Amino acid sequence: MTTFFELLISGISLGAVYALIALGFVVIFRATEVVNFAHASLLFAGGYVTALLTDDIGFWAALIVGIAGAAVVGSLVEFLVIRRYRGRDHSVLAIVTIGVDIVLLTDLTRRIGTDVLPLGDPWGDKIVQIGPLAIPETRIAALLTAALVIAVFLLAFRYTSWGVAMRAAAEDREAAALMGVRLGRVSLSAWAVAGALAAIAALFLTVFPTPGLERNTSLVALKAFPAAIIGGLDSTTGALAGGLIVGVTEAMVTGYQDELSFLGRGLGEVAPYLVMLLILLARPAGLFGTRELTRV
Amino acid sequence: MPHAALQVGALTAGYGPVRALREVTLTVGDGAVVAVLGGNGAGKTTLLRAISRTLGFHGGAVAGGEISFGETRLDRLAAPEVVAAGVVQVPEGRRVFARMTVADNLRAGALGAPRGSRSVSLERVHDLFPVLLERAAQPAGLLSGGEQQMLALARGLMAQPKLLLLDEPTLGLAPLAAERIAERIREINRQGTSVLLVEQNAAIALRVASEAYVLETGRVALSGPAAELAASDEVRRRYLGVVDEDAAADAERIADAAPVLRRWQP
Repeated sequence: MTTFFELLISGISLGAVYALIALGFVVIFRATEVVNFAHASLLFAGGYVTALLTDDIGFWAALIVGIAGAAVVGSLVEFLVIRRYRGRDHSVLAIVTIGVDIVLLTDLTRRIGTDVLPLGDPWGDKIVQIGPLAIPETRIAALLTAALVIAVFLLAFRYTSWGVAMRAAAEDREAAALMGVRLGRVSLSAWAVAGALAAIAALFLTVFPTPGLERNTSLVALKAFPAAIIGGLDSTTGALAGGLIVGVTEAMVTGYQDELSFLGRGLGEVAPYLVMLLILLARPAGLFGTRELTRV
Repeated sequence: MPHAALQVGALTAGYGPVRALREVTLTVGDGAVVAVLGGNGAGKTTLLRAISRTLGFHGGAVAGGEISFGETRLDRLAAPEVVAAGVVQVPEGRRVFARMTVADNLRAGALGAPRGSRSVSLERVHDLFPVLLERAAQPAGLLSGGEQQMLALARGLMAQPKLLLLDEPTLGLAPLAAERIAERIREINRQGTSVLLVEQNAAIALRVASEAYVLETGRVALSGPAAELAASDEVRRRYLGVVDEDAAADAERIADAAPVLRRWQP
């Protein structure tokens, strides 16, 4: 039972980090209707900037610069690439983001090479004992930070003018423009916010028990795709639910790997995608995806 | 001397190779209600889109002519800047943000307005449409058609426009609801907002407006004071569905000569 709860907590914590990534994914999709396949490279860029600066200016300052850096990279992608293709088919734009992803990732992996870059976080490999449960400090930090960031984000989305503009533009771009919403700014801010969220996620994907930022980190980030899709691509609530489902599934399946060994090794990597397929069979729009809500 | 009149001069616009408007000239004086009548495809909506600078959303563009509001040339601006200049369009088909609450729809409407003006606008809008206050927390998609039209009008007013562009505000509404909207439009105008009203329902439009233009295949076919147009045989026959015997014979002759007009008859 102890194992179960340890796995559950680590799964929820991992899920909260996936939710951060998925949330950025959903924000971009809602604001610009683009499925952003370059999301993993935004995350990678944020992590890389943090790792690069952490020795010189200290961890916290490096983290802030990393978050800002990822936001800038996101804005640049929007400004230099996505904006030029505005009005084109959305599937074309999705493929354009694959191109952007390849360019960014190639450059970043070339810089990193075979190194493993630690981000210099203050938690290290310390373990907290809560009753019988032994939980790494990093997992608790991840859970608390992600919960806080997500809460702030959702409140802003709901109550600020930025949030209203964002939701209005997501529902009807033309009507939003008729209300004086500047669609260019909405789209730019969506990419910046998504970049910042991804950079925070990058931190928690590279701390203990993972050794640090390496070339495969972007593959880990890919697990946020099933998270976003399970929840429904256009739902912020869905991103949270999807993130948690993926995180807990992965932690559980990996943790009980020995009991499941008849299915082969490495099932934890595959499980999120299996869950995604099953959920999509039952609910093609995802758990919280749009159902039509109109009356004529 | 009107200080903020809309002047549309020799406006030509279209979608790709299709010309939807040819050399349309039109004026909306300060504080006036001007109606634009015409059948499907006459170019009414294109005219409004050209003014609000949203033709681009439909693959269209202005090919010639100019549009100015007071001292401001609108035809060089982007859509949000037109809103900032005080010209706000309420689109056809209401287009409320269905998944947002009524209150959030009104907030969205105020995004183009100067900061701090929201509470004043909100009060005005709730005075005009008390039902929106009752429904504030409901998703807009669950309102009735008439209520959605009220919300669309209210949302447009939140930006504190000097000129309101209305595209078919009574379309698809029950006669009573349409009547109520027409009455509200008059009230909005009394409070000092000019209105450019595009309508297929000519009877309502001519009653609300002081002046009217009739568009036919992208050109201004007739224009003049609304009362005069309402009394003219041609308009009565084509748009008001008033038929006396002479007129019926006339209409048949016209219908034979130009069969395209038949679909305009109610």
